[in-house]
Amino acid sequence: MPDDQDIQIELEKQGVFVSTINRFYNWGRRSSVWPMAFGLACCAIEMMATGFARYDIARFGSEMFRASPRQADLMIVAGTVTKKMAPQVVRLYNQMPEPRYVISMGACATSGGPFRDGYNVLRGIDLFVPVDVYIPGCPPRPEALLHALMTLQAQIDNQKLNRVRWYGKREAKDFPVPAFGKQGLEIDGRLVDPVGGLPLVSAYSAPLHGEQRTGQLEHPELVRQFPIMDDAVELESPTKAVGVAPEIAIDDLRRKTEASRA
Amino acid sequence: MPSMSVAELRERLMRDQPGALAPVRPKTHAATNGHASEESASRPRGRKVEEGPVDLLATDDTVVLAERIADVALYLRDTLGYQLLSNITAVDYLADGVIELVYHFYHLDGGPPIVIKTRVPREQAVVPSLTALWPGADLQEREAFDLYGVHFPGHPYLKRVYMWDEFEGYPMRKDFPKQGDKYLSDEEE
Repeated sequence: MPDDQDIQIELEKQGVFVSTINRFYNWGRRSSVWPMAFGLACCAIEMMATGFARYDIARFGSEMFRASPRQADLMIVAGTVTKKMAPQVVRLYNQMPEPRYVISMGACATSGGPFRDGYNVLRGIDLFVPVDVYIPGCPPRPEALLHALMTLQAQIDNQKLNRVRWYGKREAKDFPVPAFGKQGLEIDGRLVDPVGGLPLVSAYSAPLHGEQRTGQLEHPELVRQFPIMDDAVELESPTKAVGVAPEIAIDDLRRKTEASRA
Repeated sequence: MPSMSVAELRERLMRDQPGALAPVRPKTHAATNGHASEESASRPRGRKVEEGPVDLLATDDTVVLAERIADVALYLRDTLGYQLLSNITAVDYLADGVIELVYHFYHLDGGPPIVIKTRVPREQAVVPSLTALWPGADLQEREAFDLYGVHFPGHPYLKRVYMWDEFEGYPMRKDFPKQGDKYLSDEEE
């Protein structure tokens, strides 16, 4: 490989440009990654700042924020993905033409962030869509987004045309769009992410690693306690377990001991 | 700037809207056990209040009966001039079996808000709607219905607003089942 580069540099000095199809293709794609103009929360403000003159994402060829998923290469999931918003995000991703990339921007999109234990926020967009680059931060600074874009460009540089899933006659892959169910998000009628509960499916791995479900559940040792799903829980009504929720009981106990101490 | 103290409001309500005020324990002196057990016969409540020294339902604010909420609101608007219904929210007192609705009214000339509360049992949380009188109450009542399961008879379109229509259950009620890292650490202790 170093030989190749030396020869190439030598040839370029002579005015001859030699490249490989891979490099040429990758150079074309990495230099015009068009993001989708699509923001969910405060991270989107940083994303907008990245697009303006001070940080100037145009230096990386990504200044064309497209308003349509059909024209976009990159989805920047900028902000908190609520369970109500998740189906729309997955549908937008499915509507993007290959090759397509996802940057999960900020703590919320990556893991749920401060809302992780809330009832209504997805614990990471990678439960439904494979993510190429994750950015930590709350929200990440524009420099972090630029670094993520450079990381993505480095990943694109390493792609081989005969390996990528979207080249040739291989069929585009649609990711199942979750539907609204009685207890949470469902895929094909099966509950995958209950409201107030831990997800019942594992996250997708990055496209570099096959974008399969990793099979690693969060806290697999825990019985999922949504009352309708768990036979061990005695039900008072279809949506309510008998008695007081354990964390409330603990809070009450704590309050009681504090009051008796005072 | 108009400013009305709670005591003055209660006095005027007692005079002009007889029977609208609900009996309530004041916050200033701690409720004794005997006092609490007297009232517990008349109201559904959990074990906590009889045993625990903390009385969550004690308040210094104005608590009115749910069925009189429209009368009181109109009185605030037309007689006292508190025309702006700024906020409606619900509070779940799980151990006491009570859902409390809190209304904030503002005078258009400025000044602090007047707070009106009403309490209904959790199992049958029904409060008359104020949407016919204040169109701005529409979404806030829908929110209380969506997240706390409070019903507002008289509301023109009482449907879920944050959760999807297919969803069952009221996520902000305290007995809504939850799992997560926060609750794991509690269990380990």
